[in-house]
Amino acid sequence: MRLARRLAALFVTSGLLAGACSAPSAGPAAPAGGTFVIGLGSEFDTLSPVMGYAPDGGSLIYEGLMSREPDLSLTPAVAAAPPTVSADGLTVTFTLRDGVRFHDGRPLTGADVEYTYEAVLDGDNDSPIRGDYAAIETVDAPDPRTVVFTLAHPYAPLAQRATLGIVPSGDPLTGDRPVGSGPYRFVSRTPGDKIVLEANRDYRAGPPALSRLVLAFAEDDNVRATRMSAGEFDAVILPPKAAARFEGRPDVTVHEVPSADYRGIMFPLGRPVTGDRTVRRALGLAVDRQAMVDVVLAGAGTPAFGPVSPDTAWHNPAVTGVPDGDPEAARRLLQEDGWIPGEDGVRAKDGVRAAFTLMYPAGDSLRKELALAVASDAKAIGVDVRLAGLDWDAIEPRMSTDALIMGYGSPYDPDYVTYELFHSSYARRGFFNPGGYDDPEADRLLETGRRSADPAVRRRAYLDFQKIVHDEEVWTYLVFLKHVYVIRGRYEGVRPGVEAHEHATGGLFRDIHTWKPAA
Amino acid sequence: MSPDPETASVLPDPATGRVLPDPATDRAGHGAEGDGVKRAAPAARPPRRPSDGLGRAIARMAAWRAAFAAPLLLAVTAGMFALAKASPFDPVRQYLGDRAVVTDPAVAERIRANWGLDRPVLEQYATWLGNLLRGDLGESRSLHLPVGQVIAERLPWTLLATSAAIVLMLAGSLVAGTVAARRRGSWLDRFITGGALANEAAPVFWLGLLAISVFSVRLGWLPAGGLTDAASATVELGDLAAHMVLPVTVLAVSQSSWLVLYVRESVSGVLREDFVTGARARGLRERTVLVRHALRSALLPFLTLLGARVPELVTGAILVETVFSWPGVASASVQAALAVDFPLLAALTLLGTLAVVGGNLLADIAYTIADPRVRTLGVG
Repeated sequence: MRLARRLAALFVTSGLLAGACSAPSAGPAAPAGGTFVIGLGSEFDTLSPVMGYAPDGGSLIYEGLMSREPDLSLTPAVAAAPPTVSADGLTVTFTLRDGVRFHDGRPLTGADVEYTYEAVLDGDNDSPIRGDYAAIETVDAPDPRTVVFTLAHPYAPLAQRATLGIVPSGDPLTGDRPVGSGPYRFVSRTPGDKIVLEANRDYRAGPPALSRLVLAFAEDDNVRATRMSAGEFDAVILPPKAAARFEGRPDVTVHEVPSADYRGIMFPLGRPVTGDRTVRRALGLAVDRQAMVDVVLAGAGTPAFGPVSPDTAWHNPAVTGVPDGDPEAARRLLQEDGWIPGEDGVRAKDGVRAAFTLMYPAGDSLRKELALAVASDAKAIGVDVRLAGLDWDAIEPRMSTDALIMGYGSPYDPDYVTYELFHSSYARRGFFNPGGYDDPEADRLLETGRRSADPAVRRRAYLDFQKIVHDEEVWTYLVFLKHVYVIRGRYEGVRPGVEAHEHATGGLFRDIHTWKPAA
Repeated sequence: MSPDPETASVLPDPATGRVLPDPATDRAGHGAEGDGVKRAAPAARPPRRPSDGLGRAIARMAAWRAAFAAPLLLAVTAGMFALAKASPFDPVRQYLGDRAVVTDPAVAERIRANWGLDRPVLEQYATWLGNLLRGDLGESRSLHLPVGQVIAERLPWTLLATSAAIVLMLAGSLVAGTVAARRRGSWLDRFITGGALANEAAPVFWLGLLAISVFSVRLGWLPAGGLTDAASATVELGDLAAHMVLPVTVLAVSQSSWLVLYVRESVSGVLREDFVTGARARGLRERTVLVRHALRSALLPFLTLLGARVPELVTGAILVETVFSWPGVASASVQAALAVDFPLLAALTLLGTLAVVGGNLLADIAYTIADPRVRTLGVG
């Protein structure tokens, strides 16, 4: 039996070795009953704000100069007050709150703010969010409580961008052991599995009531729903269809939160059919947005007619339409403009058939279903829409010739993305303005909105801009999504607000530190 | 049925077969454990004791393998680079993720330049190789962490799961194979053989999903995935063990078919050998004959087979870790491949190749220790 014993020893030794390597890093034990588990669909790429973790706030670990209320208004966080802007709009000065400390006890000073923003702006750091801060020329901290941003051009949304979490000066950018000044401190992270946070007892606004948070990742929607049902999660983000089973259950609350996250059709404006304003307007009239909301989104959405969410203060109420479509008016419009139905039912004008290709990213089932709905609505008015489900790498080179279902939308500032999507300087540059929209008046309004410091002037500009884009039907907007959250138990302080596309880090959980179990 | 040719060629002929239980083997074993034994009675032994060659044989084998491994690793990583280059996915877009569509093209180009992706592929490969030789594995683009750290965090979990699976697989297939050989032709044998064949035909991921559906969803006995319960912040032994049961069992079962069939074939071949008949004729207990004589002889080819199974084990681990959300290196390699994360993918490919080369070497060393003829005949 010696051979067998030797063999056994061989394997036991290798097993022990493995066991010894994997001795778990000991963390503080969980307080009984104080753990709140959130089920999320995708793991964060990084926990470093510099590398793109929660730049719009809601990270819980970090705090920015400013933070956002549920009604989207900005309040000072690390800053003591809203910033002061110089008369030419090129210098923005923040004064920092006194006595703010990082989780490890270091005081948060102007040098940390300078370090954070400079790290984002340094091209060598490969920060994916660098483009968002392109207006900033330099950041200086003349004293520990003052930070001065010098801008390349007047940039009204700078205060909105100041929600970026502040990291301690000199800390590595890997976000490996994240240290911030937010309401929760980092405890541990199991890659591919979860992140554990505990309440920061020294938080400037008082310690959070929920003393321990676990952010658990489960990519599959049904797995998340099952684990929520099984009681493993206390709260979960779900697509509307997966959340349906929780409706009407007494132990949970389902929150449907509006968002500025839209889906629409981007038209290549240099092509004969999609370049024809009448065809675009007819299509915009014909699509049954309400059916898309009811069927594709299982009710969790609202019809969209423009790029600005009707739930925000920037929305132009004149930008609206018939939710369930008006195919009769669409047919009339086409007929009057000379688009006459041919033998196959597809209209044509001067020998050009009213046909175009609509692309969608193949892996995105929501966009696929929207594309199918568009094609069937278009067929009813004699427009032939051929669908192409492609990978992004195949889509990109075709964006100036074929239409595409795209999704954007941020509730924070109408400048976000809108400028890049519609300004002629970005025409046909990557994913920005791929249709090649070029309108001097729209350019002027976007520039006014970006540069003006006067909220009334900005509002006027964006209202006019929305009207132009709507009248020209540059895009056909389809739906705004609603985000669905399921929460077990009752909590005070759950305050839904209009959300952006990216909501895993913030969303409803952005102020979970103010939640208290209801009596 | 005659013993199959492969078994017969490796198995001892009846004459040498009887040598195995001989004390000579036991002495050889002690010699391997330390020089002290050798020095205890230096003059009394003839100079050409089998154990003298053991260390040398192993060293020679290891040296040969190392010499072989270097060009092999070079070829594998070069192939990996060529494949990754041919991939239709753009690493910068994967890196930017959802933000790809809201990122200024100029920023994306800068990242591309920082990574050297605009350079010729040969230059990229040379740079990577140079950094590797300096011990710098680079930074994982998808996880935003140094590759060395990613591997250090995840490798222990993979080692834990796979070594547990190997032990389980060994024990299980030895028992099942021996039982089947002993009762050859019985309903139990048919059940084991049939089960092994059916199991060989079943893909690992299917087996994993089946196990989840039965034991986690239907019966609710075991957790469906992860390392620990979602709510626990630390890794506790009981919790970890419960989470290990399904992935380890599925991995072990999925890899065991060949072994079960081999052990069965091998043991039943040996059972017909003269030395076994002799042992029975001497009136030894059936259990002694089976375990001490038959199984023991049958074990040798088993070792070779085990070494040859390492690549399959690596592949199996990739699928099992993915299905059970086990945070090991194997599941990271899937992520790395999907994200076209060159640095991580290259390092993990290297690691996988090393595992295969090392596994084969270990199997051969074990063989050398187990069978004195291998080293005396110089089969290295």
